[in-house]
Amino acid sequence: MLCCVCKQKEATVHLTQIEGEKVHKVDLCEDCAKQKGVNDPTGFALADLLLGIGAAQDFEQAGGGKELRCPRCGFTQADFKKSGRLGCPQCYPTFAEGLAGLLKSMHKGTQHVGKVPAALQQSRDASERMKALQKKLAKAIEEENFEQAAVLRDEIKQLTPRLAPPRPVPAT
Amino acid sequence: MNLHEFLPPPGEMARRRGPHDRIVMSSRVRLARNIKDAPFPGWAKKPDRLRALGIIRPAVEGLPEMTGAFSELMENLPALDRQILVERHLISREHAARSAGSGLVLSRDESLCVMINEEDHLRMQALRPGLQFKQAWAAIDQFDSALEQRLEYAFSPQLGYLTACPTNVGTGIRVSAMLHLPGLVLAEQINPVIQSVNKLGLAVRGLYGEGTEALGNVFQVSNQMTLGESETTLVERLDKVVSQLIDHEENARALLLEKKPKDVLNHIGRAFGVLANAHRISSKETMNLLSLMRLGIDLEMFPGVDRALTDELFILVQPYHLQKQHAEKLSGDERDLLRADMLRERLKIVSRPVPRPPGATSAATEPPTEE
Repeated sequence: MLCCVCKQKEATVHLTQIEGEKVHKVDLCEDCAKQKGVNDPTGFALADLLLGIGAAQDFEQAGGGKELRCPRCGFTQADFKKSGRLGCPQCYPTFAEGLAGLLKSMHKGTQHVGKVPAALQQSRDASERMKALQKKLAKAIEEENFEQAAVLRDEIKQLTPRLAPPRPVPAT
Repeated sequence: MNLHEFLPPPGEMARRRGPHDRIVMSSRVRLARNIKDAPFPGWAKKPDRLRALGIIRPAVEGLPEMTGAFSELMENLPALDRQILVERHLISREHAARSAGSGLVLSRDESLCVMINEEDHLRMQALRPGLQFKQAWAAIDQFDSALEQRLEYAFSPQLGYLTACPTNVGTGIRVSAMLHLPGLVLAEQINPVIQSVNKLGLAVRGLYGEGTEALGNVFQVSNQMTLGESETTLVERLDKVVSQLIDHEENARALLLEKKPKDVLNHIGRAFGVLANAHRISSKETMNLLSLMRLGIDLEMFPGVDRALTDELFILVQPYHLQKQHAEKLSGDERDLLRADMLRERLKIVSRPVPRPPGATSAATEPPTEE
């Protein structure tokens, strides 16, 4: 059996993880096992076991060979490989390229569908309404329908303060 | 406050009823949330974790649902208490192992439970007896909406709620139910059933979640994917799948009774025999035998015995619940002896199982439940 990482040498280290009815098997050659830190369980690419074989590698290659580091929390690709977890919310845009493939393989889609925080939803609704109103206003002016344009202008004026997302009440 | 004064006794928990609770032991909906601009708990240094806790804990405690709640730092809870919480399925095993900067807020009726600084800043769940996904989702959705007025969540329009593990990103939701499926296990249909559930993108796990065995024929079914589907779509899918599993289990039971009534009675009679007479018994063996006895009660083979009897024992025979009833530290072997003593005592009043009364239908044994 060939090593599932380098696919060149004979696999001599065999790992099995059973999760419910699912069995994850990893077969590694001695060099790859050493490199992945199999002898030191804390250093092993948990990401591979948690997210599927090759997940950590896909993630690394996305950086184009250079080591990415989250500017916010200092998290690196190597850290992801070790833990299968990210460091902070900012890691998502930082590692977006590496994550894209992973997310695609583990989820139904790549665009969030569902609940949105109300504050965000309101400002999003307001900005969509604003766009529609401005379009109507332009049309009214073009048609020289000034009466309607005045009404639209007032509506726009009313909507403007709601466009800035309201700050959540700070926790006390 | 003392956790043991707060938690209801197992006997009271065992009497909580819900729709289809002869098969669905509980329904739960969990949401993962993180606050903006703060490192996730697993990567955060201690001061960061404490800062997040300082923001989140008062915000959670201040919600009306948390009036009279139990709120404590994990580091202040004795190890035994944490394990009791795990055995009651109120916190994860991972959370029990966490210390500095982690907390727990549990509503007065334990139907809402918030873990602070678990893998994510917030892991909040609504728990209901029986099959009540929609009610559990409505409760946690409302709670989450109230909390988002007080906290600024990490959210991206494309990826949804951002979580420490990419497997939870999006809705951050896990909808799950604990199912008692002895009929499917006895009829040897459980593996194909699990495989077909897996094909729908749902996970089937053991009693204590990820990586655990299905002790006592109890299986946990839950969604795995969280990005690209709305919460309501998932809740409805789980509801449909679990309803089908209920039908499969009922069919398996009916078929076993029709084709092999002696075998069924033999299994249940032997289980009762061991439970009522053993002098040394492990928690694993106990769970598996109690499962058969619970099936016997469902099938009216123990006339006059309520299911609360086995459900209470399911809780009480677990290692840490057993330890809790004794002041001195017990070894595994001592626990096995004391467990057997307790079972003999509790089952003294129960008569051995009888063949099913002729003409009894399995549907008739389901008591009317409030919707």
